[in-house]
Amino acid sequence: MQSIIRQAQRTRAVPSMRQRPMVIGRSLGAPLRTLVTKGYTSDHETVTFDDETGLGTVTITDYAQKSLGDVVFVELPSVGTEVSQGDVIGAVESVKAASDIYAPVSGVIEEINQALADQPGLINKDPEQRGWLCKVKLTKTAEVEELLSEERYRASIESDN
Amino acid sequence: MNGLTNVSRRSTQLLRRSLHTSAALRDAAPAGQTLRRTGLYDLHKENGATMVGFAGFDMPLKYEGSTPVESHHHVRKEAGLFDVGHMVQSMFRGPTAAQFLEHLTPSSLATGLKPYQSTLSVLLNPTGGIIDDTVITKHTESSFYVVTNAGRRDVDLPWFEQKLKEWNTTELAKKEGGVEMEVMEDWGLVALQGPKAAAHLQSLTSHDLTTIPFGRSAFISVSSSSSSSAADTHLLHVARGGYTGEDGFEISLPPSTTTLLTQLLLSSSPTVQLAGLAARDSLRLEAGMCLYGNDLDETTSPVEAGLSWVIGKERRSEGAGFVGESEILRQLKEGVERRRVGVVSEGAPARQGAKLVDLKTEEEIGTITSGIPSPTLGKNVAMGYINARTHEGLHRKGSEVGVVVRGKMRKGVVTPMPFVKPNYFRG
Repeated sequence: MQSIIRQAQRTRAVPSMRQRPMVIGRSLGAPLRTLVTKGYTSDHETVTFDDETGLGTVTITDYAQKSLGDVVFVELPSVGTEVSQGDVIGAVESVKAASDIYAPVSGVIEEINQALADQPGLINKDPEQRGWLCKVKLTKTAEVEELLSEERYRASIESDN
Repeated sequence: MNGLTNVSRRSTQLLRRSLHTSAALRDAAPAGQTLRRTGLYDLHKENGATMVGFAGFDMPLKYEGSTPVESHHHVRKEAGLFDVGHMVQSMFRGPTAAQFLEHLTPSSLATGLKPYQSTLSVLLNPTGGIIDDTVITKHTESSFYVVTNAGRRDVDLPWFEQKLKEWNTTELAKKEGGVEMEVMEDWGLVALQGPKAAAHLQSLTSHDLTTIPFGRSAFISVSSSSSSSAADTHLLHVARGGYTGEDGFEISLPPSTTTLLTQLLLSSSPTVQLAGLAARDSLRLEAGMCLYGNDLDETTSPVEAGLSWVIGKERRSEGAGFVGESEILRQLKEGVERRRVGVVSEGAPARQGAKLVDLKTEEEIGTITSGIPSPTLGKNVAMGYINARTHEGLHRKGSEVGVVVRGKMRKGVVTPMPFVKPNYFRG
């Protein structure tokens, strides 16, 4: 936790510039139309939305992973489940605690990360990449736009602190 | 990720604190709720501890450089040092001290304990409920060292005082002598735990530690410098035992030398690492030990809690004279409805508050009071209470039961405790 605290304190000096989720990449071959956008929730989830596929990949944040400690069990929704933004879609459990996962966006669960059944520790090793939780086919793409940018998310951690 | 479900009260508190820990929060408790500090507070901070409020004290949850699970494994394989200085250490002295403590507990202390022998015991209320669990060590027939829980301080100390006042007006006390209680305020208490604890402590003392088996204690001489000057020689009370299931010692440290001697216990050895409350909780659960507030409370009797063994043999007949006696004797004779059991379950960990149900009828049969994914065993271990009367036999070992986590029933098996085999030194 000490390192997280220091991190949070460092970012205090950085003014929050961006108000909206950041565009983090463009797929090759479809310039200007295909955007990959990443948004954060104040409940410590992220969703990375690819507008080419219409899929959003849901993860917990690195901060959440560090706070939880060693993850030992991950409960994920069933494929095909229809979820609304804010619904409980599963839980991440460490030795000390269980923490609900809320759907950051509305949609239908298209895929879940099967690797987590055997390797829940992927969430600690690589929370925002290989430790992804599920992919959602978004029904309200505008919801992504309303999520927090990385800077805003960091600021929200700070205000929690 | 914010909503915490099915988590023990304390774990919730811990995670909430760990998610919201900041320098400001840690150093300043909310108005009117100033957290107390043990003598080792500065040492914890210097070692990168994440501090949390626990039982009214600002205590280390974990330390920089290792996760709670790594720390847990370190204690099982090497040795860990826990600050348990928040616990209340008291001395009871006087010609009738044994009888007084036998009035407040169902333990056999006058004849059941030899000098420098300890026992787990319980303070009982008039209806046989557990006011607190405690470890009582006899030094002489008229001198006892008693350790009680920090979280019960505000209940235990007035209880002791009230009962002492009453005791000292009895004919027996007037005739043979009364009892005095001395709370050892600001004394340190550290628990050195793990298979390498004894070898490490032996390197610091000439006292032969093989003469102190599990459940015994002694004053041992420890030198804090290579000179043999009297000022550097410390006579310390060590009790062999602890709260992890491992071999180890609980070492009482005078206020003025608590930090110095703790540093000594930590120095010159990578074997001994500081360990916090997080590891302490997972270790005690694997060892099947109760946490007051979770697994024990004033509505629970030692018979229900599976602690009948603390009730001395000669104290099981009428006129034994302990508080709560009639109810306890009735329960021993007629049996009890609720019984504490161990449960090993599949899938999502069972934690405090999870319902236990009949697998077939899904009818509620009990509740989990503590549970954790066991770092040592790699499966979920929990303890809770099952109604043994209405659900005949389901409390017996091997019974298959359901555990409801997040609305789904998971399979569990009633399993004898401890879950992890104890590693005590029995001489």
